[in-house]
Amino acid sequence: MSSQICFVQGNEACVRGALYAGVRFFAGYPITPSTEIAEHLAEQLPRVGGKFVQMEDEIASMCAVCGASLAGFKAMTATSGPGFSLKQEALGYAIMAEIPCVVVDVQRGGPSTGLPTECSQGDLMQARWGAHGDHSIIALTASSIQDVFSTTVEAFNMAETYRTPVILLFDEVIGHMREKLEIPEQGVLPVVERLHTEVRAGVNYHPYLPREDGRLPMSDFGGVHRYNVTGLHHDIWGFPTQNADQVSKLNYHLYDKIENREHLLARWKEYYLDDAEQVIISYGSSARSCRQLVENRHHKGDRIGLLELQTLWPFPAKLVREKTARAKSIFVVEMNMGQLAAQVKPIVVNPDRVFRVNRVDGQLITPTDIGQVMRVIEGRGF
Amino acid sequence: MEKFRFLLSGSGGQGVITMAILLAEAAVLYEGRVAVQSQSYGPEARGGATRSDVIIADEPILFPKVSQPNVLVTLTNEAAGKYMPLIRPGGMCLYDSDLVQPSRRIDAILKGIPMHRAVMEKFGKSQALNICVLGALVTLTGAVHMEAIEKVLAARFKPAFHAANSAALALGAELARPLVEHS
Amino acid sequence: MSIHRLIRQRFFPHLWCPGCGHGMILNALLHAVDELGIEQSQLCMVSGIGCSARISGYVDFHSMHTLHGRALAFATGLKLARPELKVFVPMGDGDAMAIGGNHFIHACRRNIDMVAIVMNNRIYGMTGGQYSPLSGRGIVATTAPYHSIDRDFDTVRLATGAGATFVARTTAFHVREISSLIKKAYEHKGFAVVEVLTQCPTYFGRKNKLGGPVQMLEWYRDNTAPLGSKKLAENPDLIPRGVFVDEEAPEYCSEYDSVIARAHKE
Repeated sequence: MSSQICFVQGNEACVRGALYAGVRFFAGYPITPSTEIAEHLAEQLPRVGGKFVQMEDEIASMCAVCGASLAGFKAMTATSGPGFSLKQEALGYAIMAEIPCVVVDVQRGGPSTGLPTECSQGDLMQARWGAHGDHSIIALTASSIQDVFSTTVEAFNMAETYRTPVILLFDEVIGHMREKLEIPEQGVLPVVERLHTEVRAGVNYHPYLPREDGRLPMSDFGGVHRYNVTGLHHDIWGFPTQNADQVSKLNYHLYDKIENREHLLARWKEYYLDDAEQVIISYGSSARSCRQLVENRHHKGDRIGLLELQTLWPFPAKLVREKTARAKSIFVVEMNMGQLAAQVKPIVVNPDRVFRVNRVDGQLITPTDIGQVMRVIEGRGF
Repeated sequence: MEKFRFLLSGSGGQGVITMAILLAEAAVLYEGRVAVQSQSYGPEARGGATRSDVIIADEPILFPKVSQPNVLVTLTNEAAGKYMPLIRPGGMCLYDSDLVQPSRRIDAILKGIPMHRAVMEKFGKSQALNICVLGALVTLTGAVHMEAIEKVLAARFKPAFHAANSAALALGAELARPLVEHS
Repeated sequence: MSIHRLIRQRFFPHLWCPGCGHGMILNALLHAVDELGIEQSQLCMVSGIGCSARISGYVDFHSMHTLHGRALAFATGLKLARPELKVFVPMGDGDAMAIGGNHFIHACRRNIDMVAIVMNNRIYGMTGGQYSPLSGRGIVATTAPYHSIDRDFDTVRLATGAGATFVARTTAFHVREISSLIKKAYEHKGFAVVEVLTQCPTYFGRKNKLGGPVQMLEWYRDNTAPLGSKKLAENPDLIPRGVFVDEEAPEYCSEYDSVIARAHKE
């Protein structure tokens, strides 16, 4: 089988990526603008021996994903803002119980029901801190249909590697836009399979005891090891504990397994950063507008560059600091009130030269929008 | 080749989005060009204003939306009123001459064709309107070859629809041919 | 065989209060499972949150202690992924009928093969005695210090109305009946609901002056009667026990196989 070329929506590219990565279970609930993900998987999963179920609500969908993942299936769900809010409880469970899974949030305008058919990037902080309590999370995004595909594969790989839910934080423009997608042959992109324990039947298996390399081999429900899974703080067997030492260890483990790997998890693209005096930082669909502006102005001789983040969480602070070290000004372009800018500002060399460029009316921010803000800041008039 | 910025508009149920997808897909899969299709719509599946943008080019397309179309297709007066002012000066507007009364004050080449009436006369129902419009659009702009559209229609639809689709496409092309400007 | 093979002995004695009915349900469940002779590596228990939910820690099954009210949703994912697994889902009354009410009715409707056990003590015990949707009018609880004005659900009628294909009820007093109903529920192919009326002497009994656990169990003995019994015919106000619904209907996992078959054809 050679690579396959098709012309698809971002939501379908996500499905193709998930299938490439070996997804075998989807539970979801209809919500604009992510519904196409459910629709395509309803069609495709039974063809590959997988299971699709439309649950009674967003909460149940996230719970069913956890159940299926513990049974040994690569599992995912997809939603948008209001549904993402409802999923936070079970997302927290997946974080606590270290259940690999992928959660897609195709962002739309918020808060509340907001703008169901229009675009926003307002769920950035929700992806990080939507679930209660101290925890860490991986969240990835993409700005093209090709990147949606490869990022989805990566999301499953990271979920399996780190035994954690991974958020795919797409947006309405990317979810609904159609563009060329080239699906590589199976085997071209690496696919991480579930790591199963080698502990034999009858020998003690500790589901929550990390190996030397930090990974936690799993045993499927129905396998030879019967263990406990709980959302309570637990010991290495998975049984509830209030032992202060064990509780503290678990909290640090859940936090550090992701936060300490910021450098390994960072994914980004960069354009003309080498000698850039003005650096734009963006992600998702707004990064396309930024790149348009950067290409135009670069060809006119401006020293301007773009850092497009694909890993949003853990926030790649070191990367951003390095890539902006020589910048005279930094523009953070996003379709929210400055959620990423708030991350950028404290970690760069010169926080006073970080400027926000935002659009929050449901429309994709345009190169002209960005250019106008830059002109004002550069003192060249409006 | 020329860069095309299409804005296709009408009301929900007229097949505007399908038309846009077919056009862009033909360009990508059968002509090796770069294309992006996007859309915006209201909450209604039927009746509300629908808009879909298609950009066809030979270089990467970054900003995926069309702010100033050089080709506007409009199938309702509501859409015409909303989108005609956006046309690039000297651009083209293809409209249904029965359904739309366009403003003459806009600096655009107006191409009015009674496509809806022709489709109703030939097929007795309006389902194939979008394919007919596509036939006219491709004939007027030359944005892609007609064969590419035919290949897309053959690949995307069940065989039962092939004959009707081809007939609708040919109908649009035939209606548009007298309006093609030879320069 | 001994039921001891089915428990995690190191966690005993359990955390339930003296006189609580939950341990009696656990005991009856273990006897049922033992007598059914189910392969232990296929046994799964999925529970929610509350006193009842702690039951999953005591059984040597594959056990999932999940979120308040959501056990059936987790169990649905597990079962659909691996239909060969045998899934038991014990829930409390608040767990199943308040926060989990939506999951409960949809599990009934979907008819996925598992045994749901509603351990109904008419109170939120773990949080200290608040009224539940099964408490009923006139009950005193910490959140109904004068009396509860909330009408209660009838679990059996709710499950029946929602389409459960097996619905039964018994009480903690009728320990052998719990075992036999759980066995029947397990052998039924589809979604099976067994409601067990149980006593919470610590909160429900104390707040409502019902005496100790013995008096509460006696109340269940005296105020319930088997379906079709002379006792029930003579006194229709008694709470009926037994199997209310036992019907065949397409089971969800089997039905999904037909989806797979059709997807392969097209």
